[in-house]
Formats: sequence, structure tokens, C-alpha cells
Amino acid sequence: MSVAHTFLGLLESQPRHGYDLKRTYDEAFSPERPLAYGQVYATLARLLKNGLVVVDGVEPGGGPERKRYAITEAGIADVQAWLAQPERPEPYLQSVLYTKVVLALLTGRSAAEILDVQRTEHLRLMRELTRRKTSGDLTDQLICDHALFHLEADLRWLELTADRLDDLRARLATRTDLRPASPHSATRDDPAARAPRRANS
Amino acid sequence: MSRRVGPRAWLRELLLGTRMALAGGPSGWLRAGLTALGVGLGVALLLFAVSVPHAIASRQERTAARDDVSFDAPPPRSDATILVGTADTWFRGDPVRGRLLQPDGAHPSVPPGLSEIPRPGEMVVSPALARLLASPDGELLRERLDFPIVATIGDEGLAGPTELAFYLGADDLNEASDTVTRRDHFGEPRVGRTLDPVLSLFVVIIVVVLLLPVTLFVAAAIRFGGEARDRRLAGVRLLGADAHMARRIAAGEALGSSLLGLGVGGAIFLGVRSFVDRIELFRLSVFPSDVQPHPVLTLLLVVAVPVASVAVTILSLRRVVIEPFAVTRRAGDGRRRLWWRLILPVVGIGLLVPMLGSLTQSGGEFSVTQVSLGVGLVLVGVAAQLPWAVQAAVRRVRGGPVAWQLAIRRLQLDSSAPARAVMGIAVAVAGAIGLQTLFASIEANYLVLTRADPTRAEVHISLPLEDGWADVQRLDAGAAATPGVLSVHSRVTQSAVIDPGPGPLSEDHPSTLVTVGTCDTLREFAELDSCAEGSVFLVAAAEPNDFPATPAPGNTLGFLDLRTGSAEVAVEWTVPATARAVTGRLAPNGEEVTGVLATPSAMPDEVLATWPSWAVSYVDIEDGDLDAAERLRTVVWDIAPGGYLGLAAAALPTDEFAMVRRGLLIGATVTLVMIGASLLVGVLEQLRERRRVLASLVAFGTRRRTLAWSIVWQTAVPVALGLVLATIAGVTLGAVLLRIVSQPVSVDWSAIALVAGIAALVVLGVTALSLPPLWRLMRADGLRTE
Amino acid sequence: MSTALLVATDLRKSYGPTAALAGASVTVRAGEILAVMGPSGSGKSTLLHCLAGIVPPDSGTITYAGRELTAMSDVDRSALRRSDFGFIFQFGQLIPELTCLENVALPLRLAGVRRREAERRARAWLAQLEVEDVANKLPGTVSGGQGQRVAVARSLVTGPRVVFADEPTGALDSLNGEKVMVLLTQAARDTGAAVVLVTHEPRVAAYADREVVVRDGVVHDRLAQSLERAA
Repeated sequence: MSVAHTFLGLLESQPRHGYDLKRTYDEAFSPERPLAYGQVYATLARLLKNGLVVVDGVEPGGGPERKRYAITEAGIADVQAWLAQPERPEPYLQSVLYTKVVLALLTGRSAAEILDVQRTEHLRLMRELTRRKTSGDLTDQLICDHALFHLEADLRWLELTADRLDDLRARLATRTDLRPASPHSATRDDPAARAPRRANS
Repeated sequence: MSRRVGPRAWLRELLLGTRMALAGGPSGWLRAGLTALGVGLGVALLLFAVSVPHAIASRQERTAARDDVSFDAPPPRSDATILVGTADTWFRGDPVRGRLLQPDGAHPSVPPGLSEIPRPGEMVVSPALARLLASPDGELLRERLDFPIVATIGDEGLAGPTELAFYLGADDLNEASDTVTRRDHFGEPRVGRTLDPVLSLFVVIIVVVLLLPVTLFVAAAIRFGGEARDRRLAGVRLLGADAHMARRIAAGEALGSSLLGLGVGGAIFLGVRSFVDRIELFRLSVFPSDVQPHPVLTLLLVVAVPVASVAVTILSLRRVVIEPFAVTRRAGDGRRRLWWRLILPVVGIGLLVPMLGSLTQSGGEFSVTQVSLGVGLVLVGVAAQLPWAVQAAVRRVRGGPVAWQLAIRRLQLDSSAPARAVMGIAVAVAGAIGLQTLFASIEANYLVLTRADPTRAEVHISLPLEDGWADVQRLDAGAAATPGVLSVHSRVTQSAVIDPGPGPLSEDHPSTLVTVGTCDTLREFAELDSCAEGSVFLVAAAEPNDFPATPAPGNTLGFLDLRTGSAEVAVEWTVPATARAVTGRLAPNGEEVTGVLATPSAMPDEVLATWPSWAVSYVDIEDGDLDAAERLRTVVWDIAPGGYLGLAAAALPTDEFAMVRRGLLIGATVTLVMIGASLLVGVLEQLRERRRVLASLVAFGTRRRTLAWSIVWQTAVPVALGLVLATIAGVTLGAVLLRIVSQPVSVDWSAIALVAGIAALVVLGVTALSLPPLWRLMRADGLRTE
Repeated sequence: MSTALLVATDLRKSYGPTAALAGASVTVRAGEILAVMGPSGSGKSTLLHCLAGIVPPDSGTITYAGRELTAMSDVDRSALRRSDFGFIFQFGQLIPELTCLENVALPLRLAGVRRREAERRARAWLAQLEVEDVANKLPGTVSGGQGQRVAVARSLVTGPRVVFADEPTGALDSLNGEKVMVLLTQAARDTGAAVVLVTHEPRVAAYADREVVVRDGVVHDRLAQSLERAA
């Protein structure tokens, strides 16, 4: 799971403070293992260094935690590339996929697309396993079947999630901190620059 | 659902089932509606059947109440007496009841349906006669009954609503006439008049033959939608009902539909009854008020239909295992056994065989129970053979085109449903063929027996003579002047005692018949080489018998005066020495005329004057010129309203034979159409059941033609087998019945072909009607299952 | 992979107010096994019915081996299904009153092959699918797996160029499902038949060469899309 990409995705929906990012991240994606403050600022520092985010403003009163961060065009491209890239099929990858789906929804991208991409990848592996299974011996068959059933469970979850995208979008809409990007959102700093992408979401 | 067992729980389950029968959305209503309609049609027919006794009784009551034929001595003339003259006539095959009324005093007795006696020359007519006289069809009758109509006869004075009847006021009735009687009241106590035994046998068989298929139809109607019901029951089982509860719920459903059916049947019955007076069958019509179901039989019906519906349902569930998730029919409906199925018809025939030869048209008695049971068992036997026959017939069939294979395999898998559907057809057809065979033979025989020769005379007139020979001359003149008449031969025949001698006559004193007619007429009765006015001939019977004896020239013949009814010889006449013995020939009516044949002038007027008797006239008319017959009736009526004109049986265009045949045809058609309806429902249900299979057949490119043909075969094979069985049973039944009424056996193949043809039409109809839904199912959307 | 055998372009089909297909395009190449996936109600069965010429689409074109299916009469399409296509469905496809052997022989007989010859070829296919022993049984008396293998035999008996299989393992347990899929794919590859395999089970789809996803009546064919992008 990439904390950096998640931060970028969260920032794409609206500029946030460092503290705000940590709280949102913890609540939405990792309730059991909250991020350490050190990790938050290290990550933001690395993003700043790479030009993926900029400091958008500083609240009066000073202190590093009062800095507000905003995403750059390079950052947006990075998020796009990350979302579009399938995860390597492996057990327990749901948390990554879940994060991707939520972020896709938050940033007005097509979550279905992500799932399709992932399904293709899963099926590619499953086909390979199936081929190995049909030509292999019993041990091969058992091993392949084990993997196949797990992959299938993943894919089932994917399908279910795809079917639930509307529900998910609706639920996100009720949370102000995770409100999906929308043309009417007052929090967007530069709506005009983002309009083209929103159109194909 | 409660596990409590007991009457209360049972009742609740029955009610649940009843509710399920009536609820369940459009398809549920359709099914319940079809069942109710089917049961209703059957119930309505049965209600009419149980109304027949009352209808007959009311009719007999009314005809008895106006009866004016008495064998008692006429009452003395008084203020209340009235002279009644018979003036019955016929019009185009329909009888017209006519009475001439001439009161003796101021307070005559009045026949039922009349408020007062019409004045001389005025007429009171039945509504049907009024309509006929007013219509263009009645023109020839108008010439005969050309009197002002002053009133109509009330219902209480009519046998039925379409009866043609009139009362005509008169002032010149001849008390001495045979057709005139003096009455002081109308109505005679009903004599336990027994119907012609052959006719009664007919009635019993007709009732059995018509009611059995109706009953079967009702049973079939109850089973409409059985498969859908089974699936519903599986759903109920899923909710926790056990197998017994499911059966009780099914029973409740059947109960609900059949109760609904009873209601529908009652409604149909009441609806049809209200215009029953416009229906005339076999010259019989009844008033709506006559159609009252027999209370006990109705009660029986009302109880029997629901009970039967429950019984049929429980029986049909016997082979079905309803599990929560599935309905299983006990596979391959077992190999059927023949032996017990044969018991039924064998017992039936066994009941009929002892009666062989026991009935003739004139006499013999039979047990209604024995006959109806026998006939019923034979017919039910046909039904019982069918499932076996269908199974046995298709068991070994292999190969054939795809459509045929599909149909045969279907029948092999489950032959009971189609066999059941066809049972009704088989029973109806067997009964119809049996009846037809019986009737055709009797009719043929009747024609032989009368020996009437329509080529010599199509019209036979019986004319009561009031004015002796003069009336005969009037008739001859009138007939000769009638268009369409080719020849007239009139005769008067009277009996005479040979050599009466002095003193009272003994019972067995030899006597003979004297027939008077012109030379031309006498030639119709004997081979005459020469004849002139004044000639007398003697004809001996071909086979000598006691009466009439043949007198010899010189014998004295004594005539009684029939007008006075005295047993004394009133006038004597001696057979002249010139009388010659000649050889007789059959009269145009097939009669052997023997004894004395005399020309009118050979017979002294005082002899003829003692004969206020009947003249018989043979009239030859142009072939089939029935208007000529009607005109002749008018001629007869003008001379003596009591006269009778009949047509030789062979010349009748609308004879009884055709009527019964038509009746049977109508009955068979109605039954077959009803059965066709139940077949159709079965096919449609099966199509719905099989939409998945149909869809897959469509998917791999099965032609419509193939599927259509498979439906044809699937229906036609059981029907054909049913028809074969029905023909065998029907012919056997007909033969046995013919032997019972002592007639030679002959089979009316044309009727069988006709009935078989109708059955074939029903098969075609069922197929044709099931094709549109088939096409619909075959259209792609059919694949879109659930 | 070889040439396109069956090409559907912009298919639209509505049942009443519901649009089952809303502009679906898909290509089936000769000899390939194509899985059609998607949630239930997405229109995948309708797509199969259209591709097979059972259901005419409201609009759009389907070309099979150079002939435009959408322009053919029902009679011609039926004839084409008899000669070139095979079908396997989830249930209810075997005629309950015909024996398994007769069921397999049925497509041949519909195509005019004499009974004896049809049954000989049917028997060979039953043997290939390892269900020769149920030849003379009625479908109601054999297990689901056996029945489905009989159905596979029936779909292949005419030597079709395309077999349409609609959830062929839907009513089977895993092991029987696997067995049927192995036999089906092997037989299809042996005879060179293309298979259009409608399924919602990824494990079944994994037997295919590639998959397309139908969602809301639209086909998501990543291959076609990437080809489009490349072009």
C-alpha cells in the first residue's frame, strides 16, 4: 500500500493540512494502524521534493502542522499512473484495491475501469494456472486450484465492488472530508484546469 | 405453520388451498377461471339433465289438463257441455293441434289457456302459430286457417312454447262424426302411459351417452393446471407443510375451483334457461318455468362435484411426490395391466346380453338400471382401455422422422395425461356410434316394414266422412284440382258380416271387408282385366286367414250402423252373381286389400249412408312438391277438419332419422369441442412447462414445421387410438342393443366416418390453436426464461 | 490468432423498457474460446442469443463468415444454426423424453442425416465425452454432470464452427464443472470450433483464451479497445 499515492489522491480531491491528511487516511483506509506523524511529514516532504505537491498556504499561528498542501499537475499524473496500473494478483490485496477504488471515486475517475483492468490481470494469471493445471499432475492441480480459488475470491469481491460502486459513491458523499470531486465543489482551487478529466470520469 | 393435527387444522389447510385457487395473480385466475368454466359447463349440462324429469312432468300435466279424449260414455247435453271436434293438421312437418269448439249452452266448460270460447268462425291460437301465420312462411297455412285471431292461448294450455295450436269456434259440428265428442270438462286423469319400450331404451341410452363424457369433462377440468399447482405446493412444502398438509391444501384448491365452477354452472344454467323457450329440439320445447332441477338430484350434484373434485385431485397426486424443492412424478408410469380394464366392458356386455331379443317396438319390459349400468360400463370400459392402449401402442415404436419421434417418445414417457384427455372423446364417440347403429337399423327396418311405395302415392289421406260418398267425391274433385297432384285414388272400406241370419250375432261370426272405389281406384288393389261402374270383385288373401273371409256370389252381407253403435244389422246386401274372383295386389300403402271390391254404383245408397266412416285416399304428387301436400291439407281441412294427411315415410325430407342423426351430430360435436378445449388446455400447459426445452430446440435450428408436426402427432395418436377403441366398443354396443330390440345387426359406417371426421377436426383445431402460442414461445423472447 | 469469424457491431436490443444491449460490439475469431463475463442482468445472455442468430437485435449488424446474419431470414438463420452452430445451456436443454443418444443425434437428424448414421456419430461423441454408458437412458435418470456432458456431445456432433455455451457449468458442482470445461475446451480445440462461453465464474472463464465483460448492455473488450487505440 502506497501512503504517498494515497496522500496524492486525497489531495487531488481538495487541498488539506498534514494533520487532516493523517486523520482522513486513518479513518478511511487504516483504522487499525494509524500513521505515525513522522511518516506523514516524511512522506509529504518527499512529495514536495519531487514536485508532486506544493504548499498551498500557511494558517496563521505557524507550526509545520498548519501548512496546507495542494497537488500539482505532476502529482495528478502520478496518481493516474498508479491507479491505472494493476496490482499483482495476490491474496489480501483488497486493501490496496479498496484504496484505489475509493480514490478513483474521490477523484472522479472511473472505478469500473480499475476493476476491469484488475480483472484482466487476474484472469490472465488464472488462465496460466488453468493451463498448468490441465497439463500437470495431481499435485500441480491441487496447488493451482488453491491459487485459482483465492484469485476467484478476489475477483468475486471485485465484481461485487463494481456492482456496489454507486452505493460507495453515495456513502462517500455523506463525508465532508472524503466528498468526491464534483464540478460544484467549492473546495476545488482550480476547477477549470480539472474539467477535462472530470468529463471522462 | 402449526403442527397441530385435527379437524380444525385440516379446515384451515382446506381454506388456505381454496384461497390459493382464487388468488395468485393473472395466471392463477386464468387457471381457476378455466377450471371454473369447464366445471361450470359440465354442471350446467348436468343441471339441465336433472331438470328433464320436471320438464316432462309439467308438459304431461298440461297436456293431460287439456286432454279431451275419453273412453267413457259422453255426458248428456247440458248448459255446461261443449262439442269438441278434432282438427289436427300438419304444416311442413310440424304438427298443428286444432280443436273445433261448439258450446251447447251459455256456460260451457273452457279448455285451459282460454278465457272464453271463441265465437263461430273466430280463432284462438298459440303464440307460435300466431307468429307462423303472420310470417311469409305461413302463407299456405293461412289459406287453411283463414279465420280472425281473437286471442292467444295461455301457457297453461300449451305443451310447450313453440307448439302450434288453435281453437276455432264452430256452429256446424256433426255430433255423429268420429272426430267430434261432447265434453263437460277438459282434462283426463293421467294414465300411466308407457312409452314405446324401444323409445325408452333410446332415451336411457342417450342420457348415459351424453352425460358420461360431460362427467369426464368435469373431471378433466378439475385437473386443469395440475402441474402449476404441484409447483405451488412445492413452495408450500418449503414453508414447512408436510406431505399430508400439501395434499389437503391441494384438495382445498380443487374444492375452491369446483365451488366456483358450481356457481358458474348455476349462472350458465339460469342464463340459458331464460331463453330456453326459443329452443326447439325434436319438436319439443319447454317453458323456462318447466326447467326446474330435480331437488334430490341437484343436491346430489352440488355435493358430488366438490367431492369428486377432491377425489380426482387426491388420486392424481398419488403418483406425484411433492418435495420442498421439487415435484417428482413417479417415473415411467409403470406397465399397465389389461385384465382389470377388460372387466368393465365385459361386465357391461354381460348385463346387456340376457336382454337379447327381449324388446320389440310393441312390447317387452326392461330394467332402466340394468341398461344404463350395462351401457355405462361398456362406455367407461372404453375409457379404461385407453391408457393401456396408448401405452401398449407406443411402447415398441422406434424410428420415424424427428417430429414423430418427439411425439412418440413424449407419449412413452407419460401416456396418462393424453390418454385421460382423450377418454372423453372415446366415450362420446363410442356412445354416438352405438346409438347411431341402433337407430339406423331400426329406421331401415321401419321403412321395410311399412312397404309403402312412394312412387305410387306419396300422400296418404284419411278423411272422416260426414256426408258419405259425397265427401269422397268432394275430396277427389278437390285433389284433382290441386296443382302438383298427379293422381287420386280414394276408397272407403267397411266391415260386414257374412250371412248374418236372424238372431244375435256371435263374436266369431265370419265377416269380411267391403272396399268401395272407382274402377281406377280398385285397379290399385287387384289385377282387373275389365271393370265398369257396377262391377263387383272378390279377392282372396294370399295366405288364407279368418278375417277378412272372402264371400262367394250369392252370400248376404250384413252392415251394422256405426253411427248408432248398435250391434244389430242395419242393412243387408247380396253379393251379385256377376262378382268375379280376381288376384289382389298390394295397395300403395303396402296393405293387402281383400274381401269384396265394389264400384260405388254397385252399392245401394242406403248401404253407403250407414257408413259415416273414414275414406282413405292415395295421392301421387310431383316428387318432393311439399307445397302440393300443404294445399291438399287445405282441401282436406275444408271438407273435414278432422282429416289427416300423411306423407309416405320414404318421401319425408325431414324425417325422424335425420333429426336424431342431426341431434347426435350436434351432441357429439358439442362434446368433442368441449373435449378439444380440455386437450387444448393440456397442450398449452405442456408448452408453458416446456419452454426451456422448446427454447433449446429453437436454438439449434429446429424448424417450426417439425415442432408443429410433433404436436399434431402427439394429439392425433391418442385420438386415433381412442377412435379405434370407440368404434369397436360402439359397434359392439350397437349390435348388442340391436339384438335386444330384436333387429338384425347392420353398421352405419357413414356415421362412424362422420364422427371420426369431427374428431379429426378437433385434433386439427387443437393443433391450430396451440400453434400461435408455440410460435410465441419459439420467438426469441421465449428463451428469456426467468 | 486467426481471422475474425463472428463480428457484432453496435448491437442494441430492448425488451420492453429495459435495454438488454445498448451498443455492444464484439469479435469472435475462428477457433478461439471467448469468455463473456458480467454481472447477472448485464445482457450477456442476450448478447449470446443475438450472436447465435436466435434473437434478432433491434439494430446493429452481425457478420458471420462474411454473411450478414442480421439480414438473413429466420428460416436461413435456423438452417445456419443447424449446420454451423452448437449450443449448450445451463439447464433444461435435453429433451426429457428422448434418450441421451437420441438427444445427441437430434441436431444431425434435424439437419437431415439418417437415423442410423446420426446415432452412430452420436455414440462416438458420447464415447469421447466418456458418457457412453448413459446412451440409452433418459436425461431425467442421469446425473447433472453426465447430462451436461451429453449436452456438450450434442453441441459438437454436427461439427460446428462456433459453440455457444450459456453458463454450461452453472448447475454443476466444482469437480463436475471442471470436468465438463476440460472436455468441452479440449473437444473444441480438437475440432477447431470457436466457443462463446457465457459465464459469471472466473474459474470457468479461465478456460477461455480471452474474456470480454458485459456491463449495462455494453461490451468491454480490452483487446478490441487496445487495438482501436493502436489504430
